[in-house]
Amino acid sequence: MAISEEQVRHVAMLARLGLADDQFAALGVELNDILVQIDRISALDLTGVEPTAHAVAVTNVTRADVVRPCLSHEDALLNAPEQQDGAFLIPTFGS
Amino acid sequence: MAIDLTTLSVRSIREGLTSRDFSAAELADAAFERIEKVDTQVHAFNSLSRDLATTAAARIDALVAEGAELPPLAGVPTAFKDNMNLVGTRTTCSSKILESYESVYDCTAVRLMIDAGALPIGKCNMDEFAFGSSTENSAFGPTHNPWDLERVPGGSSGGSAAAVAAGEAVLSLGSDTGGSIRQPGALTGTVAMKPTYGRVSRYGVVAFASSLDQIGPFSKTVEECAEAMNVICAHDVMDATSVDRGAEDFTAHLRDGVKGLRVGIVRDLLDLEGCDPKVRERVLESVESLANLGAEVGEVNLPSTQYGLPAYYIIGPAEASSNLARFDGIRYGHRVKDAEDVIDLYMRSRAEGFGPESIRRIMLGTYALSAGYYDAYYGQAQKVRTLIIRDFERAFADFDVLVTPTSPTTAFKIGEKAADPVAMYLSDVYTIPVNLAGIPAVSVPCGTVDGLPVGLQIMGTHFSEATVLRAGHAVEAASGFVPVPPLVATLS
Repeated sequence: MAISEEQVRHVAMLARLGLADDQFAALGVELNDILVQIDRISALDLTGVEPTAHAVAVTNVTRADVVRPCLSHEDALLNAPEQQDGAFLIPTFGS
Repeated sequence: MAIDLTTLSVRSIREGLTSRDFSAAELADAAFERIEKVDTQVHAFNSLSRDLATTAAARIDALVAEGAELPPLAGVPTAFKDNMNLVGTRTTCSSKILESYESVYDCTAVRLMIDAGALPIGKCNMDEFAFGSSTENSAFGPTHNPWDLERVPGGSSGGSAAAVAAGEAVLSLGSDTGGSIRQPGALTGTVAMKPTYGRVSRYGVVAFASSLDQIGPFSKTVEECAEAMNVICAHDVMDATSVDRGAEDFTAHLRDGVKGLRVGIVRDLLDLEGCDPKVRERVLESVESLANLGAEVGEVNLPSTQYGLPAYYIIGPAEASSNLARFDGIRYGHRVKDAEDVIDLYMRSRAEGFGPESIRRIMLGTYALSAGYYDAYYGQAQKVRTLIIRDFERAFADFDVLVTPTSPTTAFKIGEKAADPVAMYLSDVYTIPVNLAGIPAVSVPCGTVDGLPVGLQIMGTHFSEATVLRAGHAVEAASGFVPVPPLVATLS
């Protein structure tokens, strides 16, 4: 399955990557090179084979519902590019 | 006395501390002197943590002064891949997007190493977010292989591997999603282990592909690998996939030998076209040496592993695209200054902050998970994963360990594969099936080709690290490999 430049633009939007125009064409070529390799498995008939999400059997883990120490407010904000009144600052949604 | 880190082991450091030949503070100084001398050429480190090392050394020296029992890794200069959080250091993942990120908590495996007496020397260079097999994808420049400075050390944990090979650290930790510990181990002549999925807590290592990632050690010898494994393999409530199996001493049976051990050569993988015939030769010599020691050697095929690479290049990027969604310029990381709205902020902060390979993988993963493609790609890759697991199960019914080369080639030149992502991905053809199956594997140096080290990959079934390491110990003893790269030889 080849990926078109239009699809590359769509996927970049989904991935929230604001790429420059010249990057779309180059990425399209690179992704298609990789997809040629990947298409080797798309063509396999794997009817009846169960998918594996985790190689080692895992089960849900729960803990006792008790308060325990966690990241302090100060530490949580330590790397914030912008903050105000003890909260992360973001620009407006939409316009 | 002058301390030469390149000649020291975990054990000789303990003995030297106990007999007061040197102090832990002197060991830390020796590491930083060595780094000053060679790291302008090697570039194994992104940052150094002198204060943390000094504090850790003072604790050990106080224990020595009291005559108290020393913890297992007392005074061992240790380096950590720069995707592992440690308070007092930046955790950059060798990315511009996290260039100034200060750790706010400790990675469990790092904390266990330091609690066991290790001296945290610094954070090691890597391919950005662990995407790569050469450490060329670092935003801060490539790491150079101590065996030949014009060559790559492998990746993505290339800095961690080079630091140990160049004698800048005695131990280091890396992370392995598709071979990122074992492949650089092979290319730098170090012992490098990926434990069973769930053996080592992933808490505090920046996630790449959560169903594949695992932390493991680099060392010069198999014994030291086992000593580090003893420390980092522990149940952790902070990682829901962490396995609770109680403590195991991986050093206990190292020297039991390989008499009667059933060793399977993976014939179809060994015969892959891209494998350097001289690498194949070294691997077969190693297996021969195991047979001479009484191992029962046979051959096996793993036919589904031919689909390992394509399955990995769906599953890895798919999980990565999801994990890397958190880098949005709001809570941490690079942020553009003049965003019009929140979408504009995300789009431009991420495009500016991520390097080319990260963008490629995020795009690939997002595409594979997008509406209309999920079943054909991600669903199909997960089924291939099942087939690969079945292949291994069949093989482990007949064999205790399986062997392949770790990497199809020795260290390649910097720039040689940088422009061709698909050629670069082939570097991990032997290591990827192991992550997909969640089994443990170690790369042990087994000789050289044209002066460059070759690694033998030894794989075992889930939680069989002790057996894998026992085989590794026998290979190490038989190979006569001397882990002294030219850079070490010229300075000593």
